[in-house]
Amino acid sequence: MLNTYAYPEFEYIQCDEQKHNTVKRHKAVIIGAGPVGLTTALDFAKQGIPVVVLDDNNTVSIGSRAVCYAKRPLEVWDRLGVGERMIEKSVEWKVGKVFRDEELVYQFDLLPEDDHKIPAFINLQQYYLEEYMIDECKKQYGDLIDFRWKSKIISLKNNDDHVKMQVETPDGVYGLESDYVVACDGANSDTRKMLGLEFDGHFFQDRFLIADVVMKADFPAERWFWFNPPFHRNQSVLLHMQSDDVWRIDFQLGWDCDPEEEKKPEKVIPRLKAMLGDDVDFELEWVSVYQFACRQLKDFKCGRVFIAGDAAHQVSPFGARGANTGVQDIDNLTWKLKLVMDGKVPESLLDSYSEERVFAAADNLLNSTRSTDFITPKSPISKAFRDAVLDLASEYEFARPLVNSGRLSMPTPYLNSSLNTPDEDTFSGKMRPGTNCADAPITVDGQDTWFLNKIANSKFVVLTFDTSITDKTVNINGIDCDILVVGKDIMDSKGCLQERYDGTGETTYLIRPDQHVAARWRTFDQDKIKKAVLTATAQ
Amino acid sequence: MSLNTKPNIASPDDFYQDLIDLHRDLSDEESRDLNARLILLLANHIGDMDILKAAMSAARKDT
Repeated sequence: MLNTYAYPEFEYIQCDEQKHNTVKRHKAVIIGAGPVGLTTALDFAKQGIPVVVLDDNNTVSIGSRAVCYAKRPLEVWDRLGVGERMIEKSVEWKVGKVFRDEELVYQFDLLPEDDHKIPAFINLQQYYLEEYMIDECKKQYGDLIDFRWKSKIISLKNNDDHVKMQVETPDGVYGLESDYVVACDGANSDTRKMLGLEFDGHFFQDRFLIADVVMKADFPAERWFWFNPPFHRNQSVLLHMQSDDVWRIDFQLGWDCDPEEEKKPEKVIPRLKAMLGDDVDFELEWVSVYQFACRQLKDFKCGRVFIAGDAAHQVSPFGARGANTGVQDIDNLTWKLKLVMDGKVPESLLDSYSEERVFAAADNLLNSTRSTDFITPKSPISKAFRDAVLDLASEYEFARPLVNSGRLSMPTPYLNSSLNTPDEDTFSGKMRPGTNCADAPITVDGQDTWFLNKIANSKFVVLTFDTSITDKTVNINGIDCDILVVGKDIMDSKGCLQERYDGTGETTYLIRPDQHVAARWRTFDQDKIKKAVLTATAQ
Repeated sequence: MSLNTKPNIASPDDFYQDLIDLHRDLSDEESRDLNARLILLLANHIGDMDILKAAMSAARKDT
C-alpha cells in the first residue's frame, strides 16, 4: 500500500493523576479523538470549559474513512476556526451522475445558492480533518485541552453528581472523575456497552469494498454512481475524488462474499483494472470491507454521559450522514452544557440535547434506509421497481427524482422542539423556529464578512431589522444576549438577510448560540424576547 | 379529491383486452417488470399522494 499521508504520532505522557496515584474531578471528559470528539474538544475549549480527551490510539484515523463533508458541519467548523483550512485542502464538488450500465440516467447539480461562505459539499480525507483540529486544539487551547493518548476507558459509572471512570494506559490503570462525559468513541463504542445501551435498527445484508486509490485520472470532481456497470455486474459502484490524487471507490459486493478474501490486493486490483482500464497506473492506499447498519439509541443522554456521533447513531454511507450528523450533535450540546455548568439554567435543558438530536438522527436514518433500499433491494419485487425506475429514468424525466443513490446530508430542522417559540405572525422563507440560520454576506464597519461569522461567539443573538433599537445587549436572568441591528450594526450589503429572513419592517429573530432560530416576530418586543429566551433554555 | 372507484373507463372491454395483450409472450419476470414500469407511469400521472395511498390501500385489500 502507498501512503500519500504521513501519520503524525502523538506522544503518550503519563498524567499526573496516574503518576501520583490521586483521583481528580474534571469538568468534562471526552472519550474518543475522532472528528466528533475533536469537535467537542474545540467547542468546549472555545467556551472556556477545560476538557480531558481520552483516546486509545496515538494518531489520527488510519485509512480514509469519512470523505464527504456537508455545508452545516463545515459552518460549525468555521465557527471553531478550522473550516477554512479544511475547505482549502479539499475537493469541492456539486455535480452527481448516476449511470446504469454505461448510460447516464440521471444527473443532479447541488446548485448551491450564491452568497453563502461555505460550499455545499467538500471531499477530504478524514486524517486531514482530524490533524487540522488537533493542530487548532494545541495552538489555541493548549492550556484547556488535555490530550491523553493511549488511554483506553475500561469502566464507567454514573453517579448523582459525577461520572467515575477507570482508564488503562501503558503504565497501568488509574481512576478519574468528571462532572460530565461525552462519548464520541464511534460505532463500536465501549462507553455505550458499559452503559448497557441497546440500538434500535438493523444491519443490512450487504457488504461493500472501500478502496482508496492513488492515481492520475481524468475523472472530474463529481460524484459518480453506477448501477450494474459492465465492470462490476449486478452490483453498484461509487467514485469520489479526494485530495492529493486519492480516489474513493466503493464496490457493492453482496452478502455471499468472503470479506477477508475480498480485502486482499490480488482480489481488489483486478476489480479496479476492470473499472479503470489497463492503461491507468494506480496504487492502493487503503482497502477495507464493511457491512453497514442503520440504527440509533433511544436516548442520547444517560445520566451525566452524552452519547454523540456513531456511538449514538449509525447510517449507511450513501448520503454522507455519519460524521456530518455527529458534528451537529456537538453543535447542539455545547452551549447547553456551558449554561448549565455556569449555573444559569436548570439541568433539564440538557434533556433537550437528546430530544433534538434523536429527532435529527431518526430523520437521517429514514433517509439513509430509503437510499439503502434502492441500492440494495431486499426482495425481488423491490428490485423490479428499482430497475423499472432506472429503465424509465433515461427517457422520462419524471423517474429521475425517484433514482436514489444517496440523498445528501442536510441539517434536520428541530421544528417541534420544546425550545422553540411557535410563530404568532406570518413569515415567508425557510427560517422557521428550529431551523439553522442561513448565511448571508454582510459588511461590518465597512469590511465584508459573513453573517454566520458575526454570530459565532456562542451567545444568544437578537437579530432585528428595527433600526430604532439602540441597545447592544440584553441580559435575561443572567444570560447575555447580543443585539444586532440590521442597517446599523451590520449592513445587509446584498439584501440577502432581508430576503432569507423575510426581514420586512421591524422583524426580529431570537437566535440560539448554535445558530438556530428560537423565535421570530414582526416587532421588537422585550417581553416576548425574554419569554423566548426562557423557553429556549428550558425555564 | 378522493380515489375514484366508480366506473371511469369508457370501454372497459377494450381496456381489459389491451392490458392482457400487453403481456402476451412475456415471461413472468418480464411481465412483473412491465407492471412495475406501468405502475410508475400511472402513479406519476396521478401525482396526488392521498389518491395514491388510497389506491395502494385498496389494492392491498386493507379495510
